[in-house]
Formats: sequence, C-alpha cells, structure tokens
Amino acid sequence: MENLNLEIITLITGVILVLIGIWGLLTQKNLIKIVIGFTLFDTGIHIIMVSIGYVKNRTAPIIDQSVNINDVGNSVVDPIPQALVLTAIVIGLGVTALMLTYVLKMYQKRKSLEINNYNDLKW
Amino acid sequence: MVKNSLIFIVLIGFAVLLADLFVGFNGNTDLNTLANHYAVSGPEEVGSANLVTAVVITYRGVDTLGEVTILFLAAAIVSFLLKVEAGASLNRKLRSTSEILDTASRILVPVIFLFGIYVFINGHLSPGGGFQGGAIIASGLVLMLLAQPAKEVGHKLITLVESISGISFVLIGVAGVLFAAGFLDNKLLSLGKFGTIFSAGVIPIIYIFVGLKVGAELSGIITNLHENQNEA
Repeated sequence: MENLNLEIITLITGVILVLIGIWGLLTQKNLIKIVIGFTLFDTGIHIIMVSIGYVKNRTAPIIDQSVNINDVGNSVVDPIPQALVLTAIVIGLGVTALMLTYVLKMYQKRKSLEINNYNDLKW
Repeated sequence: MVKNSLIFIVLIGFAVLLADLFVGFNGNTDLNTLANHYAVSGPEEVGSANLVTAVVITYRGVDTLGEVTILFLAAAIVSFLLKVEAGASLNRKLRSTSEILDTASRILVPVIFLFGIYVFINGHLSPGGGFQGGAIIASGLVLMLLAQPAKEVGHKLITLVESISGISFVLIGVAGVLFAAGFLDNKLLSLGKFGTIFSAGVIPIIYIFVGLKVGAELSGIITNLHENQNEA
C-alpha cells in the first residue's frame, strides 16, 4: 500500500469514472441518462490528464508567495495538461449543450425519451 | 444475456486499454523539457504570474481562438435549433417565487456578476480567467431566471457583446502581427511590473474579451433552453 500516493489515487478515480461513463452510454435507454454517461466519460478523462501532469510535492503553476521566483522550474507542476483540460472542459460544455438541445428537439417531435422509440436508422 | 456479456467485454477492453496508464506509473518527479521552459522563462517572456494563463493565452493562443470559435458554433447551433417566435410568452403554469429565493437572488445576482468580472480581470495573477469568469456570470443568470422565470433576457444585447468581444480578440491578434512579433503576441503592450494588475502585456485585455464572450455565449444557451421550456 505504500505506493498508493495522490497521483495514483486520482488516476484510478479517473479511470473508474471513464468506465462508469462507457457503461452508461452502452446500457441506458433514457436519452438524458446517455448524455450524463457522456459527461462522466468526459470528466474522467479530465481527471486522468490532470493527474498525469502532477509532479510530486509541488504546488499549482501560479507564482505567488509560496513559489520562489528564482526556482520556478523545481516548485510547480506541469502547466500544459491543465491548460489542455481548461480547453477540454469548455468544449465538453459546448458538446453537452448541443446534445441536450437535440434531446429537447427529439422530445418535442415524438414525446419520448426512450431510445428504443427512435429506430429510423435501425436495420 | 448475450448483450450484457458483450457490454462486459467492451468494458473489460477499455479497462485493459486504460490499465497501461497506471501500471508502472509512479508519478513524475521532474518537469519535462517543454514544461520546464514554460515554467522557467514564462514569467520573463510573458509576465503572467499564472502560468496556465501564459500557456492558454500566449504560447497556445491560436488554440484558444479555435476553442472560442467552437463554443460560438455550439451556441449558434443551439439558438438556431431552439428559436422561438418573438412575442411568444411563457404558457407554463408557474408557482410564484418564494420570498426567500426572490430576495436572495436580488442580493446575490449583482454580487455573482461582480465576482465573475473580478475572476476574469485577475486571470493573469490568480486562479481563474476568462472562461471561469464567463461561467460564473452565466451561473448568476441561471439564478436570476430561477427567481424570475417570466423575465425576458435581451437577445440583441447578448449578440452584441458576443460579436464585439469576438472581433476584438481577432483584432488584437492581427495587431500583434503588425506591431509586435506575431499573431496574438503579448508584447504589444509593455509587460509592466510583474504581479500587478496592469502587467503581462495584452493578456488581461484578451481575457476580458474572452470572459465577456464566454459569458454572453453561455447566457445565450441558457436563455434559449429556458424559453423552450413552455413548448415541450
């Protein structure tokens, strides 16, 4: 158990969230629940990315009193995954809003949220 | 039964794919070369105390422009799909807002807007930035619409703010080509004293525009979804 440190715990949490998300995408019949599965998938990937960029015993990449300005390279974690996740969260929000809009339009058309009632593309 | 086992196999497959990530992963002890460059020379080159902001706005500024464009596209498609006729009022039966929610929202909404503006103005100094500040402003709008569902939010104002800030973002980038080293270069203005609010070149200005744009886009999405509640 001694190697169960912070980054491993967050990494495993992220992987579990991804798996729950995929499970939700594959098994749920309600359109809203499918969207929720997708966002869980999204969040899991964000947690994985941030935990991969973590460096042991270091602080956030913001230079303030806790960071020595002459020794930044040895006191902060990797800023690049955090910037990427910032981008990914915003894109994820846009995608979620779009999916919910489509769900709303589908519900207005057929009055149903059950995916089994939408079999136009089934053969 | 077959279906369930197939789902199980897919999940196991993904678990095996992702297992590679943490089998043998013991955490980093050092920054890699690129991250080290950003961390060591970022404060001098960009002048931003928040290194994530330095990466987002200056080193990878074009990516951020693309990201803002994607968000704009999403907001535009949402408003295209959810367009309601002008003048169509809410025909839902609404319970009247409780005293607590009404009073609390009157006090809190201006404070939330102010906090959002604070977050994006200080994006180069403290945790936060344009995207976070914009999201906070939109959350204030959600509270306002919860308390007063019949309130009309002006689409014209939202579109105006969004267009002006988007164009300004691109114009600052082009000004960087003409008067500084390249597209979105932040040495367009002097870097100023490190750690003060008027520092880091054009980063605060770009982040103000990003904050206004993101706030306007999210408000547009929320307003569109809100106006469609009566038709379903």
